[in-house]
Amino acid sequence: MWRYIVKRVLLTIPTLIGAAILVFTLMRLIPGDICVIRLGSGGGQFDERAVTACHIQLGLNKPILVQLFDFIWGFFHLDFGISMWSGHPVITEIAARLPVSLEIALLATVVAILIAIPLGTISALKQNTWIDVVVRTVAIGGIATPSFWIGILSILLVLNVTSAITGSPWMPPINYVPIWQAPLQNLAMVFLPALTVGYRYAAVSMRMTRSAMLEVLREDYIRTARAKGLVHRIIINRHALKNALLPVVTVIGIEFAFLIGGLVVTEQVFNLNGIGRLFVQAVQNQDYTLTQALVMLTVTVFVLTNLVVDILYAWLDPRIRFN
Amino acid sequence: MRRTLLAVGFAVALGAAAALPSAATAQEKPQYGGVLTYLIPAEAPPSFDGHRESTYATVHSVAPYYSVLMRVDPEDPANTTKFVCDLCTALPTISDGGKTYTFKIRTDAKFHDGSPLTAKDVAASWHEIIFPRPGVLSARQNWYELVSSVEAPDDTTVVFKLKYSTSTFLPSLADPYAFIYPARILEKDPHWFEKNVLGSGPFKFVSYQIGQEIKGEKNKDYYHKGLPYLDGIIGIYAPKQAVQIDALRADRAAIEFRGYPPSAINQMKQELGDKIVIKSSDWNCGNLITPNARRKPFDDVRVRKALLLAIDQWHGAPALAKIADVRTVGGIVFPGSPLAATKAELQKMAGFWPDIEKSRAEARKLLKEAGQEHLHFTLLNRNVDQPYKYVGTWLISEWAKIGVTATQRVVPTGPWFQAMRSGDFDVVVEANCNSIVNPVLDVQKYLPHDVFGENYGGYSDPTEAKIYDEMLHETDFAKQRVLMRKFETRIIDTEAHEFPMLWWYRNVPFRSYVHGWKIGPSHYINQDLSDIWLSKH
Repeated sequence: MWRYIVKRVLLTIPTLIGAAILVFTLMRLIPGDICVIRLGSGGGQFDERAVTACHIQLGLNKPILVQLFDFIWGFFHLDFGISMWSGHPVITEIAARLPVSLEIALLATVVAILIAIPLGTISALKQNTWIDVVVRTVAIGGIATPSFWIGILSILLVLNVTSAITGSPWMPPINYVPIWQAPLQNLAMVFLPALTVGYRYAAVSMRMTRSAMLEVLREDYIRTARAKGLVHRIIINRHALKNALLPVVTVIGIEFAFLIGGLVVTEQVFNLNGIGRLFVQAVQNQDYTLTQALVMLTVTVFVLTNLVVDILYAWLDPRIRFN
Repeated sequence: MRRTLLAVGFAVALGAAAALPSAATAQEKPQYGGVLTYLIPAEAPPSFDGHRESTYATVHSVAPYYSVLMRVDPEDPANTTKFVCDLCTALPTISDGGKTYTFKIRTDAKFHDGSPLTAKDVAASWHEIIFPRPGVLSARQNWYELVSSVEAPDDTTVVFKLKYSTSTFLPSLADPYAFIYPARILEKDPHWFEKNVLGSGPFKFVSYQIGQEIKGEKNKDYYHKGLPYLDGIIGIYAPKQAVQIDALRADRAAIEFRGYPPSAINQMKQELGDKIVIKSSDWNCGNLITPNARRKPFDDVRVRKALLLAIDQWHGAPALAKIADVRTVGGIVFPGSPLAATKAELQKMAGFWPDIEKSRAEARKLLKEAGQEHLHFTLLNRNVDQPYKYVGTWLISEWAKIGVTATQRVVPTGPWFQAMRSGDFDVVVEANCNSIVNPVLDVQKYLPHDVFGENYGGYSDPTEAKIYDEMLHETDFAKQRVLMRKFETRIIDTEAHEFPMLWWYRNVPFRSYVHGWKIGPSHYINQDLSDIWLSKH
């Protein structure tokens, strides 16, 4: 098992270097100039001398290879540099947003697991009954509907319903407060986004749970377990579900990593100052250092999530580590 | 000289009037207390340093914490020629043939750390704006090219010396970004103000959560006695319009200071009735259409003029005003300014003729003469809905009426600037958006590229540059106005270098319990919030 883990960990290094070179190059291929955007995006007139001073201050006058080396060297020393846009350390920029994204991702994952695994299992066990049809419809609906659209509708629904009942519309707070400072305000703000994101997340996981369960339920060892008279609940929980969860864990892992930086539109709909919104902002502003750091953060989360999933695989299915 | 400056229309009402609280009517007696929650319709500002930034996100975030030397009259911000003192005590004494401006600085102003604010701080701040040290950005440095020195001979006097006399100087001193910083910090570290706030304004900075909110509390030692009315302010960053409207509807915020398009305003009026108040104003911002004179066939004045003649601004304005942030037909000068063209003057120029059929017939004739009857080109536009894309789409339909086919290419801000700066476009939808209405400086955007770097038309026109130079140095209002007409006629009617489009229009909604705020022609000005009071706490 240890040998397997070390091998998988070593494989992450070339992946990270490749990603670093790719993002560095791609950012510089996008036409535009952070200094001009900064000085001119308001539509006002600006001074060309200020553009030159800005280039020097941001180190954009350095040779491109020096900039690349600085970036990769910094990354492996966990020094992501300074945001070109705000002048704050990139770590500060990310740290300010990470709690929001992390909280939404965790809550959405809880929502997804609570919905997906029981419903996916029931759907498989009741295959082709009306229960199965309902669960599948709910799942397809979740996949087909973008989270942000459900988000917009849910806000409007809350506004209109509260307006109709109390006479004055209510909506969740739009400024984030950490849960340890004001739990109620925090939960009021994250509840709707977690639910809307969790629904889509649940839909994907539910379908995966159903199909994996159907496959496992047809396996010989399940038939054997039934033949030797094991209790139905034990067959399902101990033998079928544990094996069926392999692909489900993969899906949950990948989705979780996606949620950290991928809730671009949902974060905007709910005015959540998360990593996804920061990502868009960094790209629009052509903030090279911040975009590079965010991409590398996302890549690292993906790589580590996959690593954990692979290790979980090996734990759940011993054949993998022996092969 | 003093009389001359007054004659050019800058009726500067100073000193005592500015030191008094809002002249509230009997019906509207200001109340003290309460915390104003307002929306900042942007992401986090790049920095808090007004000298280096040019985004309203900075002004809306930190203007309440700073003082300035002079400003637009908060009681009458719509007046484009009225400026009042903030830190100065009286009208500057102008001597040396209009080349020396001497300000007296008030003695009762203090920074929020308790240290006194003196003329040395004012001079040091202005020195950094006009003559930034190497490595320090000053976004509007070119406004002050005419200044040769700024000094504080004593603690209450600031002297600006100019290279030549001009009417543009006084309004440019009312720049809302020209925050006064403590000289002692500025000398040590000019970058300190990028991430920190220490001013002498009506509110004291309390806290900032990146991209979330910025909080301030009342400055009890504020030198304008009786102000501010509020106990505190909270600015919440909300870049998306849908979120802002929902927040105003649910009273999560009481006001947003930039403005909304008519559809959003109508929706709010319908849903909130008398709980919402709307204030509207012409906006010192407008789109301009720039053909690329470096590219054929736009190097041909007949083609440029044909494009201009095809556009029916007089009939387009009322229709577009229903869906976009535009309203008023005007030339290159903000319509509210005394230097702006009158309707009669406008209608003499190509693109503003009252008879659109005659105008389009002339356009077709010119295209035929130029051999461009079936002209195809790409209209570069910025990926911003209001009003860029609305204006772009409307223009395409206008040009189609003379047989010209334009395809709109909408790109994000970075590539849009890149294409303009590298000359990689046929025709582009640009914008000219300014804070203080200072027409002679505002129209610099129309100067040829070899004179003004941020003109993207790619043309050279020494005649136009010469007219501008004369206008810049002219201090007699009547003569300056004649020169402005000559300059405008040259750009639009004679050469069709660029076409000014409809001026933008601001609609600012706020909850009806918010009082005291007055709208001006720019979302950059009158943002210190000291006059605002709440009738519901």
